[in-house]
Amino acid sequence: MSAPHPIGGLPTEALPQLYLDGVSRAFDGFKAINNLSLVIDKGELRAVIGPNGAGKTTMMDIITGKTRPDTGQVLWEQSVDLTKLDEADTARLGIGRKFQKPTVFESHTVEDNLALALKADRSPWATLFHRTTAAETARIDELLGLIRLGNLRDWMAGSLSHGQKQWLEIGMLLAQDPQLLLIDEPAAGMTDAETMWTADLLKSIAGERSVIVVEHDMEFVRALDCKVTVLHQGSVLAEGRLETVSAMPEVIEVYLGR
Amino acid sequence: MLIDRRLGIFLAGLFVLVVVVPAGNLWLAGQPVPTYLVALIGKYLCYALLAVALDLVWGFCGILSLGHGAFFALGGYAMGMYLMREIGDRGVYANPTLPDFMVFIGWKQLPWYWWGFDHFWFAASMVLLVPGALAFVFGWFTFRSRVAGVYLSIITQAMTYALMLAFFRNEMGFGGNNGLTDFKDVLGYDLGGGGTKVGLMVLSAVALAAGLLLARAITVSRLGKVLVCLRDAESRTRFLGYRVEHYKLFIFTVSAMMAGVAGALYVPQVGIINPSEFSPANSIEIVIWVALGGRGTLVGAALGAILVALAKTLLTGWLPEVWLFALGAMFVLVTIGLPTGVLGALEGGLARTRRAPEPAEREA
Ligand SMILES: Nc1ncnc2c1ncn2[C@@H]1O[C@H](COP(=O)(O)OP(=O)(O)OP(=O)(O)O)[C@@H](O)[C@H]1O
Ligand SMILES: [Mg+2]
Repeated sequence: MSAPHPIGGLPTEALPQLYLDGVSRAFDGFKAINNLSLVIDKGELRAVIGPNGAGKTTMMDIITGKTRPDTGQVLWEQSVDLTKLDEADTARLGIGRKFQKPTVFESHTVEDNLALALKADRSPWATLFHRTTAAETARIDELLGLIRLGNLRDWMAGSLSHGQKQWLEIGMLLAQDPQLLLIDEPAAGMTDAETMWTADLLKSIAGERSVIVVEHDMEFVRALDCKVTVLHQGSVLAEGRLETVSAMPEVIEVYLGR
Repeated sequence: MLIDRRLGIFLAGLFVLVVVVPAGNLWLAGQPVPTYLVALIGKYLCYALLAVALDLVWGFCGILSLGHGAFFALGGYAMGMYLMREIGDRGVYANPTLPDFMVFIGWKQLPWYWWGFDHFWFAASMVLLVPGALAFVFGWFTFRSRVAGVYLSIITQAMTYALMLAFFRNEMGFGGNNGLTDFKDVLGYDLGGGGTKVGLMVLSAVALAAGLLLARAITVSRLGKVLVCLRDAESRTRFLGYRVEHYKLFIFTVSAMMAGVAGALYVPQVGIINPSEFSPANSIEIVIWVALGGRGTLVGAALGAILVALAKTLLTGWLPEVWLFALGAMFVLVTIGLPTGVLGALEGGLARTRRAPEPAEREA
């Protein structure tokens, strides 16, 4: 899907997957995103933290084309202007998104949820005459194993537990074969053991794909063991290792001052 | 599976009807099935097809159209125009080209939009094309601008209301208030003849079976699964890369064409089409059929239409003034008492609805 863009002779790995520069977006005068700049490298795992209302979800809305920024640049692989695209476009480009509130297709089976997410021609004509191939079934088996829902493939997704829905949704993202995964609060409603396992899963995904994870659970963020961006009032407050940023006075103030 | 148990049973029932009714009307001694009953059954079958069309968009795609009667009426008018041209010079004014109502309002020549309707094949294609084109254009503007839910329902209702007002006008050239009527024959067959009535009723049954099979084929395909996705979680569907508006447009157009066919079969059987077919109340009644029979089941929708139409025939015979109250009461009782509709209740009575087992203990 994503051909490398050897711009200026730089090696491909050095090119950012995603580049946000000076992005702002106001709702009724309230700046939910305020001059936000962010660079995500190819294959990078990045955690984004910040108090409620910091603009984390809105940032993902902007990257995926759900919300248009008032000003600023959002570039994909240094060439595609994401602000011109909508949700379906960005999904087709290779951006997968997990919602803050886990959302799966409740009246479809677990297997169908994955099948519908598999990378394929999305036109009505193609889906009308679609026949499941052996390769698709094999890929679904593989994904079911990865998200540990192998024994629930015929279950209605609506009857899954909260945590299982989170995993299924991550599995659906993987089925899309995206270059970048945006994961909004994956650990919400999970037990400690599930949380740690989810962190491992995301770590194993990164490398091959870029991953941005938004999460409030600091144990989870620590387990991700990656660069952390602290968002506050719509812009980046601090960036670095979790130990470093959590020791910064301005970050402590934001978290304790509420 | 294309034909599941409920569809199989329903199709078998239709088949029995197609054998028993013609036999009882045309061939058995003493005519146990009177001709008026044949026409009545044919009419019910057209309603059933219309209900299936609505269930396709509402039950599977979440588009609550309160204007589906418009597509039905347009299909009916297309057929009615052909039937008018078939009258030829046998009208009251004996004008070979102009229908009576045009002579009456002093028109001298046939308006351009009546051209071609003297050919059956032309009228038959218009039965599909006119409702299909209206649905396509309507859907193009509304779905693309992401109008959904109650707003969409209101706009569909406004659409059928506007059409009703337009068709009421004599200058529109569709017979105004009185609509199109006094038909003589269809494809040379006398519309008053019992044989023709039986033929039309059988054709309606075939159309209903075909409509059910088509709807079923669509809903069990992957496209049908995508429709359910966007009904239940539209945003999730978009973020998977599906162009939600294209899917809505597809199913809305297919559904409108199906409604058009229902209308086209209805008109020769009742012998008239007039603007009241566009009335908002008609479209709301279709929704009641589907809800009552069981939304999202196709067969349930067809069943609902037949049951309500039957109740209407009986009640308007006995107590015409209570019919509307009875319809309202039926609707309220079913929505409260039988949330899965009559079909759901029937099947639930036969076997407890299968439920997913309790979540098993997950390995840590
Ligand atoms: N469509 C919208 N219309 C109006 N205000 C909005 C809209 N979307 C977001 N906001 C506002 O923007 C701010 C940022 O919201 P956002 O959901 O991005 O925060 P968040 O960091 O994800 O918070 P949380 O941790 O609670 O999920 C909030 O004050 C929210 O009310
Ligand atoms: Mg959020």
